[in-house]
Amino acid sequence: MRVEFILNGRKVAVDVEPSETLLNTLRFKLRVKSVKRGCERGECGSCTILLDGQPVTSCMLLTLQVEGREVTTVEGLEKDDLFKKLVDYFIEEGAIQCGFCTPGILLTAWAGLKQGRFKSVDDVREYVANLCRCTGYVKIINAIYKAATGVAGR
Amino acid sequence: MVVSEIPPINITARNTRIIPFEYEYYEPRSLKEVLELLDRYGDQARILAGGTDLLVKMKARLVEPRVVINVKKIDGLRYIVEDGEQVRIGALTRLRDVENSELVKKYIPALHDAVKSMGSIQIRNMATIGGNLCNASPAADTAPPLLVHNAKVVLSSVGGDRVLPLAEFFKGPGLTMLKPNELLREIIVEKSIAGSSAFKKVSRVAVDLAIASAAVYVEVEDGFIRNARIALGSVAPKPLRAVKTESLLRGLRIDSREVLNALKTIDEEISPITDVRSTAEYRRYASKVLVLDALEVAYARLKGGVHG
Repeated sequence: MRVEFILNGRKVAVDVEPSETLLNTLRFKLRVKSVKRGCERGECGSCTILLDGQPVTSCMLLTLQVEGREVTTVEGLEKDDLFKKLVDYFIEEGAIQCGFCTPGILLTAWAGLKQGRFKSVDDVREYVANLCRCTGYVKIINAIYKAATGVAGR
Repeated sequence: MVVSEIPPINITARNTRIIPFEYEYYEPRSLKEVLELLDRYGDQARILAGGTDLLVKMKARLVEPRVVINVKKIDGLRYIVEDGEQVRIGALTRLRDVENSELVKKYIPALHDAVKSMGSIQIRNMATIGGNLCNASPAADTAPPLLVHNAKVVLSSVGGDRVLPLAEFFKGPGLTMLKPNELLREIIVEKSIAGSSAFKKVSRVAVDLAIASAAVYVEVEDGFIRNARIALGSVAPKPLRAVKTESLLRGLRIDSREVLNALKTIDEEISPITDVRSTAEYRRYASKVLVLDALEVAYARLKGGVHG
């Protein structure tokens, strides 16, 4: 079945099986490799994408469900100022180790920042519940909180 | 960009976890179409709403429907509206919508507590309240708050609607009173006007499934409990009301030791099991503490007139 949707501002058309998840279509057909396959059951957040601006897990979506909608991955935010600021704070804080969870976390954090959700460190902790097996979260949370407020959240 | 120009990599069970069987996929645009499809396919069909439970089960081959009906494209089943002394919630309302609703925060505070504790933001953006109820997990967090708010569910089929108290809707783990041709369309919830409510749960980590959960609705007059409703999750084959304990609470001073004594009756009303998440013994202990905590929060809300 043919599906059309907007991927990072560009219209794409792709033939998919009804049983194909968006995660698979993005990685194996559209070659968007920033979207990571983690737990495959909506728990880890590694496969997070923005669907019409809201973070969702692409392993729990059939590709057919995104017909006509807007899908954003980190590739689509490269030129966004808020995103660049967020990435800078990640680098400054050293909030990355292996990097596997990073794209999903950046997308989730960006959506929260964009919606002005981070008034406190706890807000960040609650909103960005993606799993990371390396960092212990402190630097990630600090980087996001810094991007939101300009101050370190310790 | 038309992607057929890029040669696709074959998606197989070797390179990713796929849904390992074929099914027919429908995407009806109206309630009428959904009900007709359900009438045609009955129990061969599964409703796909948020997908956060169904797709996990399909990947693991726990369910293998011949037909999948995606209902998310239907307009008009995603709403939270005030209707006199009730709040009506459309079955396709996302958990995130419920969480952000001022109506829910004000009139169904226990439900607000519950959705805030459910899954990650990503999951809350996808999962629907109707899906949480129809999945009928004993650990469904929306169930205890709705039970203490005397919720009713509206079930639709080509033959028309019927209304059922939520307390009668659950039959057991994964089992409901839905007939194969019926769709849960709406949830009707009693507002807390004279009282207030709260929800508490214990889970291993913040976004996890509940080990045990409790919701309480309470009305208090001059420090005495006038009316109380208690519902518990993850401590029986289905979410349930603790009606015996409720009746014992009536007339007691809310801050007295007698309340603690009355809560011991909960033991007779629940039948927890030991599983991967916890032991039956701990669940018995925790459910009483959770009810007490929820009672305290609900009472504080009632006194302060503050919600959330």
